[in-house]
This record gives sequence, C-alpha cells and structure tokens, in this order.
Amino acid sequence: MRIEDHPILGKTERRKRITLKVDGEAVSAFEGENIAAALIASGRRVFRYTAKRGEPRGVFCALGRCTDCVMIVNGQPNVRTCVTPARNGMVIQTQVGRRGGEDTHDLEME
Amino acid sequence: MKQVAKKEGVRTTGIPSKEELEASPGYPNHEALERGPIVVIECVQDIPCNPCEMACPKRAITVGNPITQLPVFYAEKCDGCGICIPICPGQAIFRVDITYAEDKATVSFPYEFLPMPKKGDMVQGVNRAGEAVCEAEVLRIQRPKKFNHTAVITVTVPKNLAMEVRSIKRLKP
Amino acid sequence: MGKTEIYVVGGGSAGMAAAIEAARAGAKVTVIDENERPGGQLFKQIHKFFGSGVHRAGTRGVQIGRALLKEAEEAGVKTRLNTVVYGIYPGKRLGLICEDHTEELASPIIILATGASENALAFTGWTLPGVMGAGATQTLININRVLPGRRALMVGAGNVGLIVTYQLLQAGADVAAIVEGLPYIGGYGVHASKVRRAGVPILTSHTVLRAEGNESVERAVIALMDEKWQPVAGTEEVLEVDTICLAVGLSPLAELAWMAGCRFSYLPALGGWVPVHDENMESSLQGIYVAGDLAGIEEASTAMEEGRLAGLSAAEALGYLSLEVAEARKIEVRERLAALRIGSFGDGRAIAKRELLRARCKK
Repeated sequence: MRIEDHPILGKTERRKRITLKVDGEAVSAFEGENIAAALIASGRRVFRYTAKRGEPRGVFCALGRCTDCVMIVNGQPNVRTCVTPARNGMVIQTQVGRRGGEDTHDLEME
Repeated sequence: MKQVAKKEGVRTTGIPSKEELEASPGYPNHEALERGPIVVIECVQDIPCNPCEMACPKRAITVGNPITQLPVFYAEKCDGCGICIPICPGQAIFRVDITYAEDKATVSFPYEFLPMPKKGDMVQGVNRAGEAVCEAEVLRIQRPKKFNHTAVITVTVPKNLAMEVRSIKRLKP
Repeated sequence: MGKTEIYVVGGGSAGMAAAIEAARAGAKVTVIDENERPGGQLFKQIHKFFGSGVHRAGTRGVQIGRALLKEAEEAGVKTRLNTVVYGIYPGKRLGLICEDHTEELASPIIILATGASENALAFTGWTLPGVMGAGATQTLININRVLPGRRALMVGAGNVGLIVTYQLLQAGADVAAIVEGLPYIGGYGVHASKVRRAGVPILTSHTVLRAEGNESVERAVIALMDEKWQPVAGTEEVLEVDTICLAVGLSPLAELAWMAGCRFSYLPALGGWVPVHDENMESSLQGIYVAGDLAGIEEASTAMEEGRLAGLSAAEALGYLSLEVAEARKIEVRERLAALRIGSFGDGRAIAKRELLRARCKK
C-alpha cells in the first residue's frame, strides 16, 4: 500500500509510471524507486525461497546489507531489490535457492 | 534513575503519574488554572532540551543551564497564547481554559496525524492512556507554516476532564 | 580541485558534518557513500529534534539533512556515491567498488563515519516475511512511502521503537502493542506518552515468543517474562499483526576500523565494541579518525558534533587551521557535546566516552 498523503511529508511528489514484469505479471511502479518498494506497494511480501528448506524470505533491513530481499532481475540472480532502482520493462522473478528460478538442489558444492 | 519509589510513572508506563506531574515546575496549580487560559507543561524527565524557553514571548518559561533542567513555568506571566505548544519536540505542552463556560473547558494539544478533523466536528477526547473519556467538539485547528507541520487543535470537554483529556482519538481516513 | 586530502567514509550526519568543517577550513574533501545520495539516517527522521538552539532543536531530521547537503555543496565537498568501501589497507588505502569496477584510493587522512547496524532478535518464525528491523520500517514508510503492513507489533521501547511506532501511526498503519523486555521504558518518556495517547499499549517485561503465518506474518505470540527473563506460563497472548518490527538496539558498523587495526573497547552503554579515540576523534591509528554512531551509539546531534570535531582536527593536522584557531573551535564543539551527555539519558554515555579516551591514551 502506498502512502499518498502524510502529515509531515505531505503528498507524494508526482513521478513517472513504469511497468515491471514480476513472475509473468505486470506490476506498476514509479521511476526512481527501488524494486522492493514497488513490490511491497503491490502487496508482495515473499521475495525468494531459501536453498535448503525452501522457506520464504522478504525485506528485512531495507538498506542492502542482509540480502533477504534478493531476486532474479533481467536474468541476473542475487540482486538486492531494496537498493536497486526499478526500470521500465524490468523482468523480475522470485529467486529459489542461490542461483536459479527452478534450481532447489544447489546445496551441492560445485 | 530514581523514581517515586514503587509507584508507576512515566518510566514504567509511558504516562506521567499525578505525583510526577504535580512535582514538575511546569505544571500550574489550581489557582493559576482558575484565572483563564493557561499553558500546562507536562515535562517530567531530564532530557537536554529548551526550545520552550526560547519560544515564549512573555518569558514565562525558563530552563537555564544545564538544559536538562525541567522547565519552570511562571503562570502569572502566561497569557495562554500557546505558541509553545507546537514548539515542544516532545509534544508535552498543552493549554487549558477552565473558565471557558459554566460546565465546559477547552483543551488545546499538538496533533500530527491525518485526516485532520474540521472545526465543528464531534470527536472523542482521550486521556493520557489513549482511552476515550468524553465527546469533544473541535473549536479550532491551527496549522500555520511556522508550526512546522504540527497542528494545534482546541476542543471543548466537560470541565471536570480538563486535566485529563490530552488528545483525540485518531479519525478513520 | 587537487587531489583529495581527506576521504570521509560514510555520508551521514557525522560524515557530512566532518566534511563541511574540513572543507570550509580549506581542505580537499571527498565523501564516499554506498547510497545514491548522502544523508544517512537523517532523511528518515521526521520528528523534531531535542537539544538547544545550537543543536538545531525543533528542526526535523529531514530538514537538517537537506541543510547539511546544501552546506556541503557550498563548501566544495566532493562526493562519490553508489560506492562501497569494502576494505582499508596499510598506507590508508581504501578499496572501493563502484558500479562495475574496483578502485584503490589513498589519502593522508581518513575519517570513518560508517554509522551503525540494527541488532536482530531471533525467535521462532523470525525469518517470515513481515519481520524486519524498525529502521527498515522507517526507510520504507518515510523514504519509499510504502506501508510494509497494516498492523504491527513493535519489539523494543527504546527511542527507536517509540519513534518508529509513532511514525507508523502517522503513515496510516496500526500498532497493536510495544513489547519491551526490560521492566521499564528505555526511551524518552515524552515519546512514550505520545504513543500511549494514541492508544498503543507499552508492555514492559514482555517478549515476543513466536511469529506465525503461512508465507508471511499473520500473528505474533507475546508473553510476560519473570525476573530471570523466562516466559511466564499462562501469559501468552496472540496479536493479529502482519508486521513485526525489531527495535532491539544498534551496534557500530566497525568492520573497516577492525580491518585497519584500530584498538577497540567493549562498552555496552555505547552499543558494544567501539573504536577508541582521543579528544580529537583520532583513533589509535594516526591519521584515521572516527565519528558518529561508529564511535558509540548516541544520537544525530552528537554525531554531527563529533563529525565537526573530526573535521576540525583533520584540517588542523593538514595545516589548514592554526593550533589556536582549531583549539578555540574544538572547545566550543566539546562543550556542545558535553551538554548532550548529561542527565539520566546522557550520564552513562558520558562515562563510557571518558573510558574510550582513557583506553586511547594507554600505550
């Protein structure tokens, strides 16, 4: 949910609307905001699943330190969505495990 | 920090106790209240802070040095202008007028939530614990630029609750 | 402009204040920050600050942040943004990652102002989406203008917990309760009073036992604790919340100071392991200064003053300020710092800071 008006910060300034593709669905965002903010605004809470037990993870630190919010962005895994600006047309996928979208058995050492 | 022994107070509940308030040099006595609109300073902890001292045009508030000293309120100098209300970073200053009417008093308090009520609205007056204790009519809302986004709302309340009501229940958007 | 003489690592309250002071004295200063704009935690602080006029009391953090950025620009401070300092090496060399390449830079003086990180509290279900740091909540609501949830449980009644609770209400969310493990509220009474007036209960000697939910937080279970910090049987309570905010303290972000070889002291009153420093904010290593939360968890106001002290001392060390001029200005800053470290909330920090100075002087 977006905070449109705020007693101290006032109304959110006008920004350009862009569209992201998240797990195949179109999600509206604003140019310049980070991916995590756009996803949270759209109601998403789960950003990835862990490698070993497939547990859900979401935003925890919101400033790029904990890596709980990483997703696959334009094919690249492990992108910290809370510090990465959203760009029009970005393709974002829920990350499962350490690398891929479907790979849940990546615990084996390479 | 030594408290009034064993009694619940601001440090354990977040609400200053009656004893803590009455012991504070910022809290006016009953004679002062009976003279007309007057400010009530509910500052009971030694936080380094003194904007209230700087703000009062009548010099009715002194903090001095060190700035952890509790504000001393000279009630006889106060004309109830209320400029100190939005200034206090702790939102600990209010204005009360128990002479407003036969059975009603007014209470003015700082408010920083949306939606803002409108003049004439009937709202719920809440006490320091956030409990609704009466109906309150919104008399006035002041939110000039110089208050830096802190509104001062004045409501009417039953006279016997003038020293209890310190805010209103937040309105639904 | 010539080669940088002072690299400031971290462009928050302390870093910017240090850069401004040094640049005004004539030094060539560059601030390095991993974010896309400097300001650190200031832009999240939408409440009015305490202190006195000289401490910019009554001004909101965001406003102080904007003022600092403007002053830095006017003073000619250079910035390297979106840049991470990943390491510090002998000879005061910094390892940087910027966009897609790495760099190594060095300068005669380095001021570390890397701030702090939030502590975490582990409990059953704490990894569920919806459990986050209180600072993270603050970032989302005040910077990103999005609500992480509709109804929250706040864990911790220090100033961060109390302030973020209030800010959640301002943002349009509900807060079911604040639970605090200690038998008293650690933050300012006035912050607590604001949220009590707004109807938020503050439950001391309480803790969160577990978070429950299918794919994210749907409920929290809290309980009363006895004097031995053990949950009391039969006091469990279920709160219908979708967000749990952890406000359980901050710790200095000291990796670079450790790596450089700075000497540390363990001081709980300042957040744990803190790099020792002298009255000029110089660490145990010559030419490396520390300031702000890195040098001990305090407030924005003390961070700015410590930054000023470090900036003045650095400018003096480079020869831009005479001993007399520097000392006169430093005395003023130290007096303002002392005024912020008194009373029930400041005494403990004052004692701990003196301990840091003592540890620095030991050979």
